[in-house]
Amino acid sequence: MAAPIIKIDAISKSFGAFKVLDGLSMQVMPGEKLALIGPSGSGKTTILRILMTLERIDGGHIEIEGEQLYHMEREGVLVPASERHLARMRQKIGMVFQLFNLFPHKCVLDNVTLAPMLTKGMPRAAAEKRAMELLDMVGLADKAKAMPAQLSGGQKQRVAIARALALSPKIMLFDEVTSALDPELVGEVLNVMRKLAAETDMTMLLVTHEMGFAHDFADRVLFFDRGKIVEEGKPDDIFRHPKEERTQSFLKKIIAAGHRV
Amino acid sequence: MEWDWAFVREIMPTLLEGVKITILATILGSALAAALGLAIALLRRSENRIVSRTVGFLAEFIRGTPLLVQLYFIFYVLPDFGLLLPPLTAGVIGLGLHYGTYAAEVYRAGIDNVPRGQWEAAKACNLNARQTWMHVILPQAIPPMIPALANYFIAMFKETPLLSAITVLELMNQAKSVANTYYRYVEPMTLVGVFFLIISLFSVVLLRWLERRYGKVER
Repeated sequence: MAAPIIKIDAISKSFGAFKVLDGLSMQVMPGEKLALIGPSGSGKTTILRILMTLERIDGGHIEIEGEQLYHMEREGVLVPASERHLARMRQKIGMVFQLFNLFPHKCVLDNVTLAPMLTKGMPRAAAEKRAMELLDMVGLADKAKAMPAQLSGGQKQRVAIARALALSPKIMLFDEVTSALDPELVGEVLNVMRKLAAETDMTMLLVTHEMGFAHDFADRVLFFDRGKIVEEGKPDDIFRHPKEERTQSFLKKIIAAGHRV
Repeated sequence: MEWDWAFVREIMPTLLEGVKITILATILGSALAAALGLAIALLRRSENRIVSRTVGFLAEFIRGTPLLVQLYFIFYVLPDFGLLLPPLTAGVIGLGLHYGTYAAEVYRAGIDNVPRGQWEAAKACNLNARQTWMHVILPQAIPPMIPALANYFIAMFKETPLLSAITVLELMNQAKSVANTYYRYVEPMTLVGVFFLIISLFSVVLLRWLERRYGKVER
């Protein structure tokens, strides 16, 4: 059996007095598509933010491709990671946000080329060529010169996906990427993600309330509640035959709220 | 007291010399204030507590004391410590320091207004701190604050007569000296007012244009 690409070992995280994660452990295999579902405040988004180093952990360890994320070895002892170590580890990970977070002062093309040019020293011509390929993949090659403010939410999110892909990460994190979109724009973003899942062997972690999409997209579904994994398994098992009472009541509530399963 | 046009014509060249110095002091002072304000705003955000506290205290100190006192200090007191500055240099440093602390507050507000998501996106793009500031944060923070900065620079312009106290030959000082020479005050002082008014009015037009051009941000 191959080694896991992400190994989370007993991590904890609190915001003030509120313990979001308490000794959580999980593993992700290379190329796996993982859906994290659960009520808000259950810690699923926090896991993505911790993997992207947007939040620090209070305790525990994380390994990416067998290397410590928040620690590094010095003379055989694990010490907190330096900014340089974090920057090197971040290269392996890309993230797409709920609110897109495009750079509003840069055109679509520059949004995609900025990071490769700055962080990898890619020449402009090469970065633009790669960016156009990615924009083509998300169906927005004709918007390369548009400013983000001129785009619809769905288009913005597709640009954000292209921007994250431009750094060729091994792991992609999708944090409720359709939650801020008008219902009629959700499909175009999900289609891009489907294509991405089919065409690449990237490892993907998806936090979502789109249960139907999670069902089709994921190899494995994790149901979170209060910072713990309550139940995990194949999409069919979780969505059609949930074993845990908490999973059942969550899915019932979600369906009642009009979300597609 | 009658208005004497012949006298006006006679003193005009001297006053125009003063206008030049006034404008020069304003431009140099503004440039220094803009640069210093940014430096103060950035240093106050430093994670090093000693740096941020010290800079914060110094900025509050400068903002809380009168510009005139600071000008006297720079021009008349610093020589006691072996630093003798030419009047205009001392004046520009005084203006730049004083207004730099005001500009720092404008920068602070502009930087705080950049949404947290932009910092996070920069991090997800793996930009380092310098790249994040240069390519993501400042290009978004600065345009909306240009009108507020320009306002301070117009205010600074109107305070340049204070430089006459440290012998800078700006407009007010020139007017005072011709007035004292001829014992006529009405023409020189009126002309000082008129010069300031004309330049201020032009500046306000420019300011309105800047507000239209940069005041709004599209997200």
